[in-house]
Amino acid sequence: MSTNTQSISVDSLVKLRKNQPRFEGIESGHRACLGCGEALAARLVTEAAGPDVMIANATGCLEIFTTPWPESSWRLPWIHSLFENTGAIAAGMEAALKAQGKPTKVLAFGGDGGTFDIGFQALSGMLERGHNVLYVCFDNEAYMNTGIQRSSSTPHAAMTTTSPPGSDRMGKRHLKKDILSIVAAHHIPYAATTSVAYPSDLRKKIRRAMEIEGPTFIQIHSPCPLGWGHEGDFSIKVARLAVQTGLFPVIELERQELIGSMPIRHPRPVTDYLRQQGRFRHLFNKHDARAIEELAHIQALADHNIKQYDLCGDGVDRLDSDGADTVRRGGMRWA
Amino acid sequence: MRKALEGSQAIALTVALCRPQVVAAYPITPQTHIVENIAKLVADGKMDCELVSVESEFSAASLVLGAACAGSRTYTASASQGILLMSEVLYNIAGLRIPMVMTCANRALSAPLSIWNDQQDSMAVRDAGWIQLYCANNQEAVDTTIQAYRIAEATELPVMVCMDGFTLTHTLEPIDIPEQAMVDAYLPPFNFARALDPANPISIGTLVSPDHYPEARHSHHHALLDAADEIIAADADWQQLSGRSAGGLLSVSGPDDARIGILTLGSIVGTLSDASDLYTDLPATKLINLRAFRPFPVDALRFACSGLTDLIVLERALSPGFGGIVAAEVHAALAGMQDVPRIHSFAVGLGGRDIPLEIYRTLHRKIDAAEPGPFSIIDVERDRLPVEDHGI
Repeated sequence: MSTNTQSISVDSLVKLRKNQPRFEGIESGHRACLGCGEALAARLVTEAAGPDVMIANATGCLEIFTTPWPESSWRLPWIHSLFENTGAIAAGMEAALKAQGKPTKVLAFGGDGGTFDIGFQALSGMLERGHNVLYVCFDNEAYMNTGIQRSSSTPHAAMTTTSPPGSDRMGKRHLKKDILSIVAAHHIPYAATTSVAYPSDLRKKIRRAMEIEGPTFIQIHSPCPLGWGHEGDFSIKVARLAVQTGLFPVIELERQELIGSMPIRHPRPVTDYLRQQGRFRHLFNKHDARAIEELAHIQALADHNIKQYDLCGDGVDRLDSDGADTVRRGGMRWA
Repeated sequence: MRKALEGSQAIALTVALCRPQVVAAYPITPQTHIVENIAKLVADGKMDCELVSVESEFSAASLVLGAACAGSRTYTASASQGILLMSEVLYNIAGLRIPMVMTCANRALSAPLSIWNDQQDSMAVRDAGWIQLYCANNQEAVDTTIQAYRIAEATELPVMVCMDGFTLTHTLEPIDIPEQAMVDAYLPPFNFARALDPANPISIGTLVSPDHYPEARHSHHHALLDAADEIIAADADWQQLSGRSAGGLLSVSGPDDARIGILTLGSIVGTLSDASDLYTDLPATKLINLRAFRPFPVDALRFACSGLTDLIVLERALSPGFGGIVAAEVHAALAGMQDVPRIHSFAVGLGGRDIPLEIYRTLHRKIDAAEPGPFSIIDVERDRLPVEDHGI
């Protein structure tokens, strides 16, 4: 590494800087809430993807807060059609560009509701037919745009307005859908999860997907301060804890095979993550036996992820995910 | 050159002549033969397009929408349940003012399940904001499909070409398929001003507040009204090239001085035309073939109806709880006219019920009464009704 640093000339440093992402596909001044994970994620995605793209955007917060007519935050060709057809709109754009012999890459943006639930069929069709589209799911784990209703991405026991806790319920009764495995089961070349708390990992995965000819899928864990019940300046901290507890495994799959995971050297207890968020408040009533049981259940889910994806790893080359975001001397990033 | 072709086969050949770059469809009877024939043309290298066999009609409509926004001429076709499934997208396409052409192979709606012809499907989406053109025969369907591309691209409105399922789609007729050069001369390459382009990025489909929504609707409504001129011009220009008119907004046959008129849409026109030749003992009758249902040709209809004492509106759909859909619009269009004819409203041929030539005599008998009766489904067999409905 030290030899590398010495051999870099001023010229190549200038070149390196020029190669750093400068392009922003989404301008500031949009109407997202303070601390919106999705807005940050969308900016990082478009920075990494570059200007030669077209975007199909599902109905949802991202569409609403970026395009209040006659204003738009997008510096990229962008279309919003409906909630549940984003996969098909993107597929059509790709088919047209193919017919016209243009190399522009098509991106599809959807939230978890538009991806896991209502838009799932169109997404599945797009993946099965092998369209050259990068589908990005901004996963904030509920229908935030309509006022925090549960989706199939909402984690177990989370409180939403349609999964409220009460005398007979402890929040959402069902598990978070494993969308990545389902998507990967279409035998697509690349499917990955990433988190807005790890920008370099996010950018790296976007760039990787951009280079692949064929359908690719990236799920970005993006906190919603309003829906999750935490302060806006806690978004990154909360997103980071989701990864560090093992509740949101950051992994990469090639043709359904696990090829990489962001390691956690010392997994944090899930309560470190859950305690930060109002949506899990009902789990911290010490006098409620159900709460204790649910906490144990959620810890078991994290433990399962850690085991399944070998998140702890071993050996000297396994880095703590706390260091995953740092750019080391010489420009080398984690992973 | 005239060839004996099945309606669907003719439409496939015609679509190929229009050079769409992206075709997407999902199979549904009676549309299937159109798409199968297109697939074969593509497989044989006779049609150069991206043919995408999607997983639903909803995605078929969405896919062509995406493709059109990316700057390609597109085509899709559907029917019945497929039209209903894609209805949300149909509204979206029209509201976004995206030019495209689709064929509706008209079929009844479930329940009860029926694969046979009526026009309830396209009537169900009449307010989606599409131009709707109905075809009386397969030659009209061929000529209308070509014209539809020109109309769509000139007006930035989508066009639905409606042809009766089975009666037209599955019927072999001698049809003149025009030469490629003629279609190329008529239809310039697609150049969509609002196509997405990284060099000139725009946002399509933004959120519109109450400050702007009514204006968007106003513009859309007037674009449809104004499209009437383009429909007439497209037909006139095509007639110059091919020698054939597909009927403009509406076409009228029969004696000018006839006092009785029958207005209908689609393939019933042929049945009535043959019947009028056959039943010469009946009073002279004008046949009005309503080709453009959207935009609704109020002025042309008033002109066509002047001098009539009785107008029978015969349609293959209804609005349950009200009655005839087309009849209601005809009533509204003729209201305030001097000497408004008495309007008689009937549905016929629902769910593929055969429409015999005798219908012509039955209709003439029905209008003998002093005042028009209420709307009815004219070919209901009362003994086939459930017992509890015998009294109604």
